[in-house]
Amino acid sequence: MLRMWRVGLLSGLALAAAPAHAFIAYVSNEKSNTVSVIDTDSWTVTKTIKVGQRPRGIDFTRDGKFVMVAVGDDDTIQVIDAKTQSVVDSLPSGPDPELFAQDAAGKILYVANENDNTVTVIDLEKRARLGDIQVGVEPEGMTISPDGKTLINTSETTNMAHFIDTSSRQIVANVLVDARPRFAEFKHDSSEVWVSSEIGGTVSVIDPKKHEVIGKVTFEIPGLRKEAIQPVGIGMTKDDKTAFVALGPANRVAVVDVASRKVTKYLLVGQRVWHMAFTPDEKYLLTTNGVSNDVSVIDVAAQKVIKTIQVGELPWGIAIAP
Amino acid sequence: MIRWLVGLIGWSLAATSALAADPVTIGVGYLGIAGTRSTLSLVEQPAENDGVAGARLAIEDNNTTGKFTGQRFTLEERRIREGEDMVQAATALAEKNGFIIADLPADGLLKVADALRERGTLLFNAGAIDERLREADCRANVIHTAPTRAMLADALGQYLVWKKWSRWLLVVGSHDEDKLFADALRRTAARFGAKIVQERTFEDKGGARRTDSGVTQIQRQMPVFTQQAPAYDVLVAADESEVFGAYLPYRTWDPRPVAGSAGLVPRSWDASQDQWGAIQMQNRFIKLNSRRMTALDMQAWTAVRMIGEATSRTNSGDVKKVTDFIKGPDFSVAAFKGTRLTLRDWNLQLRQPILLVDGRMVVSVSPQEGFLHQVSELDTLGYDRPESKCKLK
Repeated sequence: MLRMWRVGLLSGLALAAAPAHAFIAYVSNEKSNTVSVIDTDSWTVTKTIKVGQRPRGIDFTRDGKFVMVAVGDDDTIQVIDAKTQSVVDSLPSGPDPELFAQDAAGKILYVANENDNTVTVIDLEKRARLGDIQVGVEPEGMTISPDGKTLINTSETTNMAHFIDTSSRQIVANVLVDARPRFAEFKHDSSEVWVSSEIGGTVSVIDPKKHEVIGKVTFEIPGLRKEAIQPVGIGMTKDDKTAFVALGPANRVAVVDVASRKVTKYLLVGQRVWHMAFTPDEKYLLTTNGVSNDVSVIDVAAQKVIKTIQVGELPWGIAIAP
Repeated sequence: MIRWLVGLIGWSLAATSALAADPVTIGVGYLGIAGTRSTLSLVEQPAENDGVAGARLAIEDNNTTGKFTGQRFTLEERRIREGEDMVQAATALAEKNGFIIADLPADGLLKVADALRERGTLLFNAGAIDERLREADCRANVIHTAPTRAMLADALGQYLVWKKWSRWLLVVGSHDEDKLFADALRRTAARFGAKIVQERTFEDKGGARRTDSGVTQIQRQMPVFTQQAPAYDVLVAADESEVFGAYLPYRTWDPRPVAGSAGLVPRSWDASQDQWGAIQMQNRFIKLNSRRMTALDMQAWTAVRMIGEATSRTNSGDVKKVTDFIKGPDFSVAAFKGTRLTLRDWNLQLRQPILLVDGRMVVSVSPQEGFLHQVSELDTLGYDRPESKCKLK
């Protein structure tokens, strides 16, 4: 999800069209079946869009014109027109889509379908299903390497990161990680993939060439039981120096020094923090807090939470307009 | 497209590693008693394949992973009929299966465990909730995925105390297991500061659980049975034998909620549990078995998944290696309960949150907030290390 945002960002910068500060964030609310639209200038919700059932994975198309949101219980991905801020179309995903990733050109969409152990490949232009890739039990996390050649899918019960060649659409390697891997994120220089394990309580650092776990980020918060530390969403700054990891019911986002893989700080956010997205200027990082029904705004440079915005019920995914 | 997929899987196997060429087969046995027990509620009547259906789903899940690791899991089911020798059946099952999931009564399980000890077979107790199997009668070759009565009672007790329903009217059946559950409930009350204001015994006088005359008599009997009780907040029923518990809700003399064996029931799993990604597994289960998933199904699923988790982590099908890993400090398993499940190393009981269910919904999940523990809050449920009488051998 963050990946898509990032490429969107690049094109945004190239055009230099966006005004200095105001960005638009879209937040999927898993329980209320809505998407909240946040203006990052006023930090207020400017619109609430009705969508299908159980919206989770959310992202912009590469051109920034549309927002795609996976509505799992309706077995489809809905398309929101960013201009009119209303649902205009839907995509033929497999059953129970949760997270998805698109290729660099924004032509092919890869969707993790939790219910039938497959990744569905969709042609975005033709809105047509091109095929399925068989993966492990409960596929979830999805990301594409910066060069676009490798798709990573994590499967929650198989506990693996599957490396898929995007041209042949075949699995080339499977890397075992800790229990319930939920999210994968490439370093911008492609040298590492970070995979969060919700139940294992760690982030595995994988060498994408050797297909080996080369390190692990572990978390420890004084006074908090280990079971409450459940890493999910990951965000990495463009300079690859700092990573932010959402720790679920620990109600914190860990700030991690990417080089040493050590946590330098824990930021207290809302309850059950799931996912996150940077503003394109990377000044702010927004996190979705599932249980407290809000979004925390982190000042990236200061590493401080500066604001909380009330959204719909059980916010889950977030994407920010390029 | 199917052919394309098959080709794809084959290709990925070949590419993954050399061992994929010749998958390691891991045999899992399922040992249970033939026939099903009768329940008061027709809805609760267990299916013929209760338990083993969960094992079957976990075998499928393990095999999906096994495609990538070069491991193949098989399931062999054996049901013991009345008069059959349990040990003989278990020994025959252990021929081809290094791991056996057992749904047996406590005495039978101990006999089987002792008979298979030399052989090195690892047993998973998926069915018996008896405390003694984890205490005085614990065995080093038996891992327990079923919770204990004390864990179930504590899970319920924590919620009732949190709800401030601390005055309990305890109604106990006349069978041994009812009395054991009542013992557990008394211990819970003492631990968490609830008060049992009175105890009553419901004698099982025999009789059919299904009659054509239906509820007319029950509607008169239950209010009479529960009248003239001292002031209480909740009626707690200990009726594992399914004689009277389910008759109590809405029929008590005083308008009071019912909990324990009926009403609000503590269970390891429920068909209505949909949190923490459970919906995917519930869907897979329904697709495979054409019915909903029970607690026993879940306990068997967890056992087989523990095996799969350990074989993929150790990259081995060797029973000794896998057993050592499961018993080791690095083992944990994810089972859709919002937290990793680990083993109590002093008695090989799986730590687990317990659901409190009313037959339609999950009302709450214990441990409740505020019940603290220095090691794991899950250890606020059941007997803790310092109290344990278990010496593993």
